[in-house]
Amino acid sequence: MSVIESLEREQIRDDIPVFQAGDTVKVHFRVVEGTRQRVQVFEGTCIKRQGSTSRETFTVRKQSFGVGVERTFPVHSPKIEKIERVMEGDVSRAKLYYLRGKIGKKARIREKQRT
Amino acid sequence: MPAIIGRKVGMTQIFGEDGARVPLTVIEAGPCHVTQVKTMETDGYDAVQLGFGAIKPKGLSKPELGHLKKASAPPIRHLVEFSAEELGLEGVSIGDVVTVEPFEPGQMVRVTGTSKGKGYAGTIKRHNFRRGPVSHGSHNVRAPGSIGAAAYPARVFKGMRMSGHMGARTVTQRGLQIVDRDPDRNLLLVRGAVPGGVNGIVIVRPE
Repeated sequence: MSVIESLEREQIRDDIPVFQAGDTVKVHFRVVEGTRQRVQVFEGTCIKRQGSTSRETFTVRKQSFGVGVERTFPVHSPKIEKIERVMEGDVSRAKLYYLRGKIGKKARIREKQRT
Repeated sequence: MPAIIGRKVGMTQIFGEDGARVPLTVIEAGPCHVTQVKTMETDGYDAVQLGFGAIKPKGLSKPELGHLKKASAPPIRHLVEFSAEELGLEGVSIGDVVTVEPFEPGQMVRVTGTSKGKGYAGTIKRHNFRRGPVSHGSHNVRAPGSIGAAAYPARVFKGMRMSGHMGARTVTQRGLQIVDRDPDRNLLLVRGAVPGGVNGIVIVRPE
């Protein structure tokens, strides 16, 4: 194992659930406001996961007051309190950039049917 | 805090105390053998020579091996001289070993290395010139433009910025912070980027 790899392994969190692009996730993110700390929840569709080991990030997209909002988080960030997978999506792409051009019904993702 | 010679391992990131990502360069530094101590009496100036990087004995000439034998050091690839008082290497004697141990997290350092070579580069890449128009019959796309006046001074001034060899020169990056060190693995973690490519030899000096 290379030196860099071992340094990155130390940073990895093992309490992150399995999720992938297409899933609807709730990200509980710690925000520091002055001296106060609170937890913000960002819920939306994960449209991509990018990178590997401790450098991995994921992007969540949601519609907020009719405006598309995307936020990218580092998967292993200590600022993330927890990630919840709300729904497992059925998609055939790893990067769901096509959702950016779609709104309303067209931006829906089917739920994966487990048999 | 002394100076040390190392090898750039690469870059990565860690999460800082506030959870923000900190860009890091990993340097495998030392252990550096003190191969020679130059003094006022013998050499006319004070300096300390450090060595870094293992090599097979057959890669060195007999005079080089003899020089290292005096310091009872193993075959070493790179030898660098440091001025003693400036770098806190006073008091070291021949045969000593300098490690990453005295480097404290939070300390500021400057790192010297050989920058990545860019080959023969034009003025746009080398001196940040602007390019000309690309359409409407223009042939002045990446040309340097005017390099001076005409009959007077009838020559091009020295130092005119032109195309030429770029990179592969000694560069010192100042104001870098030591984030952490690992004496077991001889690692220095420095915040930010360091000149040169991976496996390049770098010199870490106190700021």
